Amino acid sequence: MTYAIDVQGLNKYYGAFHALRDVDFCVSERERVVICGPSGSGKSTLIRCLNKLESHDSGHVVIRGIELGDNLRDLDEIRREAGMVFQHFNLFPHLTVLENCALPQILSRKTSRKEAEERARDYLDRVQILGQAAKFPGQLSGGQQQRAAIARALCMKPKIMLFDEPTSALDPEMIGEVLDTMVALAEGGMTMVVVTHEMGFARRVADRVVYMEAGEIVETATPDAFFDNPQDERSQRFLSRLVKA
Amino acid sequence: MANPNIPAKRSAIHRLFTLLFGDWLSILLTVLSLGIVIGLVPAFNWAVLDAHWTVASPAECRAGGACWAFISAKLNFILFGLYPPEEQWRAIIVVIVIVMLVLATLSPKMWGGRLLVLWAAGIAVMLVLMNGGILGLAYVPTSKWGGLPVTLLLAVLSLGLAFPFAIVLALGRRGSLPVMRNVSIFIIEIVRGLPLVGLLFVAAILLPLFLPPDWTIDKLGRTLAALTVFAAAYLAEVIRGGLQGLPSGQIEASQALGIPYWRMVWHIVLPQAIQKVIPPLTNTAIVMVKNTALVLIVGVFDMLSAARSAATDPAWPGPSTEAYLFVAGIYFVICYGIAAYSRHLEAGINSRNHS
Repeated sequence: MTYAIDVQGLNKYYGAFHALRDVDFCVSERERVVICGPSGSGKSTLIRCLNKLESHDSGHVVIRGIELGDNLRDLDEIRREAGMVFQHFNLFPHLTVLENCALPQILSRKTSRKEAEERARDYLDRVQILGQAAKFPGQLSGGQQQRAAIARALCMKPKIMLFDEPTSALDPEMIGEVLDTMVALAEGGMTMVVVTHEMGFARRVADRVVYMEAGEIVETATPDAFFDNPQDERSQRFLSRLVKA
Repeated sequence: MANPNIPAKRSAIHRLFTLLFGDWLSILLTVLSLGIVIGLVPAFNWAVLDAHWTVASPAECRAGGACWAFISAKLNFILFGLYPPEEQWRAIIVVIVIVMLVLATLSPKMWGGRLLVLWAAGIAVMLVLMNGGILGLAYVPTSKWGGLPVTLLLAVLSLGLAFPFAIVLALGRRGSLPVMRNVSIFIIEIVRGLPLVGLLFVAAILLPLFLPPDWTIDKLGRTLAALTVFAAAYLAEVIRGGLQGLPSGQIEASQALGIPYWRMVWHIVLPQAIQKVIPPLTNTAIVMVKNTALVLIVGVFDMLSAARSAATDPAWPGPSTEAYLFVAGIYFVICYGIAAYSRHLEAGINSRNHS
């Protein structure tokens, strides 16, 4: 069977710094994978290699059967298949929330304006901020902005959703509303890769937890096995620090 | 109520006295201001009290005082130069079209492909109107164009034509291709390193010597080209400033959404970059409006040239001060208008970032 995401022997350097070391990482269709680990462990780099926001130095990244190489047409295709949600939302501040969701469809999928706005309204409704559609991102709370960013990514009809620390920049009282949106998405059967420190979310939603440290995947397990009975000494140390904090 | 023991009137005088002479700084400023006001009395007398607003014959102006009657007598010439008086309605329409185009351009809601179409149409209409020769309009050669329409056409067209070049230069200088980057830096630095007067001489006098004799590019066109090149170099640096201020997350988000490069530049990058640099853009626009006055050096008949040559009419007693003041007033209105509109734009952009 083909995987939704199939990464083999991935290496990535920033100058002399070896950011990813021989990473093998597969995600099946409809699977939800949470990547965790201390900061600087390479988890954001890994997820950013999946749609080539970072280019890898060696190894293979195959997304839904398409290899990420130098072919730009394939690249745009993969980027439409894999939606991404960022830590800092990265909404377009000069466009209204509705335009943020509608314009990318028009620009990259050549959707008609009418259809694009219809779909934008539909997804904004699903993340429960349709009432804010006419506002600019700067006028929304952080939680609302992140939900708008999720809606924007979903409007592209992606088969895979990548989340790069989606709640790390939020005030604590807003984390819940974003996680609820993500849980609803997971229940809808979306293939998801989530880099997060929200262990409650991992336990509740993830099929698998991947623990990374120093550019390597140290341990892969089901959430229950990982949290209750971590095998590797490094993941044990990481979890014990989390519990203390 | 204030202290009832002191009558209100006395306290008002007292407060005024304290304000004007309360401490050494106040005394100094009061004396200085008085000095300036007294010093301006002769100028005020000249400009208002002794001025001649209407005269039966130019000779009346010889009595001294400002000769504003000269301005009203020569208004058509200063505003439209040698343009045939019976065709001046065309020049007036051109001025109106320019103002409309500029107002449309300055509104971010209008930015996009439609605006380019509007500009192309506007420029075509203006050229047909000014030049004539078709549609039953009498032909007016560019050597007869003059005054305000020339000033505005040169300013607006040089800025408008420079903008696309400036964007390419700015993107090139920021880009990853070394050839593009070095070519952009080279062009920008060469043009910025030359005085505008030098560029105008090259365009107006030297260029025809190097071109084959049967290539006759109009002098006004060559002047416009020089102004465009000059404006492009400065605008490129302003736009580059805006590009540098753009968070990398904006580009990453566009890439992650699969938006193709040039569409991203047009819809995501440039609108934000340009909104960030409205104050320096305004600055460049104002400087370019005033730079057009330099074209008189190469014999293009702009508003300043027209005023200068109007003042040489021997029938009038050399009213060049009045002519220059009047032209200065028009320049001020144009430039202040640009500044006021840019403040309005900034207020609109700021309001988006606060609920």
